[in-house]
Amino acid sequence: MADTKPIVEMKNIEKHFGSVIALAGVSLDIHPGECHCLLGDNGAGKSTFIKALSGVHAPTAGEIFYEGRPMRFANPRDAIDAGIATVYQDLAMIPLMSVARNFFMGNEPTRKVGPFRFFDHEHANRVTMEEMAKMGISLRSPDQAVGTLSGGERQTVAIARAVYFGAKVLILDEPTSALGVRQTSNVLATIDKVRKQGVAVVFITHNVRHALAVGDRFTVLNRGKTLGTARRGEITSEELQDMMAGGQELAELEGSLGGTV
Amino acid sequence: MSDATPLGAGDERIKQRSRLREALIRPELGGIVGTILVFSLFLVFAHDSGMFSPQGVMNWSQVSAQFMIIAVGACLLMIAGEFDLSVGSMIGFAGMMIAIFSVTLGWPMWLAIVVTFALALGIGALNGFIVVRTGLPSFIVTLAALFILRGFTIFLPQTIERKTIIGGLREAAEGDWLAPLFGGKIFAGFFQWLGDIGLIETFSRGNRAGQPVVDGIPMLIVWALALVVFGHVVLTKTRFGNWIFASGGDAQAARYTGVPVNRVKILMFMFTAFVATVFATCQVMEFGSAGADRGLLKEFEAIIAVVIGGALLTGGYGSVIGAALGALIFGVVQQGLFFAGVESSLFRVFLGVILLFAVVLNTYVRRMITGER
Repeated sequence: MADTKPIVEMKNIEKHFGSVIALAGVSLDIHPGECHCLLGDNGAGKSTFIKALSGVHAPTAGEIFYEGRPMRFANPRDAIDAGIATVYQDLAMIPLMSVARNFFMGNEPTRKVGPFRFFDHEHANRVTMEEMAKMGISLRSPDQAVGTLSGGERQTVAIARAVYFGAKVLILDEPTSALGVRQTSNVLATIDKVRKQGVAVVFITHNVRHALAVGDRFTVLNRGKTLGTARRGEITSEELQDMMAGGQELAELEGSLGGTV
Repeated sequence: MSDATPLGAGDERIKQRSRLREALIRPELGGIVGTILVFSLFLVFAHDSGMFSPQGVMNWSQVSAQFMIIAVGACLLMIAGEFDLSVGSMIGFAGMMIAIFSVTLGWPMWLAIVVTFALALGIGALNGFIVVRTGLPSFIVTLAALFILRGFTIFLPQTIERKTIIGGLREAAEGDWLAPLFGGKIFAGFFQWLGDIGLIETFSRGNRAGQPVVDGIPMLIVWALALVVFGHVVLTKTRFGNWIFASGGDAQAARYTGVPVNRVKILMFMFTAFVATVFATCQVMEFGSAGADRGLLKEFEAIIAVVIGGALLTGGYGSVIGAALGALIFGVVQQGLFFAGVESSLFRVFLGVILLFAVVLNTYVRRMITGER
């Protein structure tokens, strides 16, 4: 990864909510084509951190460089336009709408007829079927409601959508936390496909095994601070687990649980 | 991906859906079945009552058209995830403002109509703005608007004219260029010709002798059909239509993909106010007067028509065509019971029953779409 230039560099990001310090100076860089896992327990500041990147929160202090230039996103739309897409765990899709309508939500293709612009359903349906086939999901028809898809398939549709619309950085917020084993492996396979296309993936999770399955580098957050970034092969699952929980207490817990956590 | 199926090959886990099941999840289904049922019933039981004579058809067509106009607005707003309970009050208010501007203040009719439309759109925008800004349920916000607007509709004419009905609108509209767009009729020549060749009856006596009993299509019906076509095209064939579905389906998910949810919702509140004002303008032109009690309960009738038409009360799903059919069922039954000589209070019983039935059916359909989850 050292040979490519980072697409995103975040330096000493701080975020305060009133008197609560959610982030106390976190730094991170992300390269194209890598899957950078952001690990941390609940409340560690993972979500706050990526919201600073996706334009939801403005950081209280610190700098964000995007493609080498300093950036400040006023809102999520700014970040999306710049190529930073976020797939949220449960807010990605609208179940009552068809896959094609969901896929093109906010980016509807239009066709001009006289002075009027119409939704180009033909184009939308064709592209949706193609993109879904690439990701290994066979749809009955593009009119199929998203509600009929499994949780893993919905995540995959959301990821395919973000990539199709030119995301260079893809932030996945706990995409596997609510999924079964098989669905999780489908989503991890999707992440792998996307990474190979040269997209930088930020994979947020608190499951060490999911992270180790696809991650190239691992950054652990704990109580709003980073405990450093490790490369694949430099760190074991036990060490990651340890760093996430803050060492001490988990060591005690693990003793009583016989190393099963 | 271990379990990925080869491209193009069907997934053996996907069951083929039967045609029936496909048809069942169309939002218009309830409306289509209901329309066929209602027409069959009245054709059997009231075919000789004059309900299907030219006058009879014109009668229930007009009533249905009234419901249709407000149902289109309520439908799009409901799909966008909101309600407007102030539609009925807005009808009364808009009619009264036209009367006050044109009759009391003596403004030209076109100016009165234009200013009233602007006022109504402003109130619709305010409703929408309060809803999206405060995050309060639109049910409460527009309930407040229901009382405020109705209050002014009674207060203003009482204070200014010392009465609650203002007449003289037909005289005020005489020679106006804009008023015929709401109060006029089209195809008068065609109907005169139909009368002349004997296809429809003509008056044999009185000062209208020789004129056909139906002398044209009222603009009310033209507005209704135009609004249905407009609403249907916008909803299903434009990108804005996709935003309406998205805003009602899940506002947060829609925002994350860049859909301007607040703008969509405010525009839909304005559209609802617009159709209410169209209704009001047609009504005052037809009656020649504005009354403080006009439009009572119309908001609920609009919502019922929309629900019969297959829209979900929770938003994100529905059809303008369905809502139009719901309005048609509404008008045909209301007038049909009258033609069949049935006690008119039973209409309300019918309404309640069909509403309950429609809501239960819609909930079932929704579960089918989302795969019984």
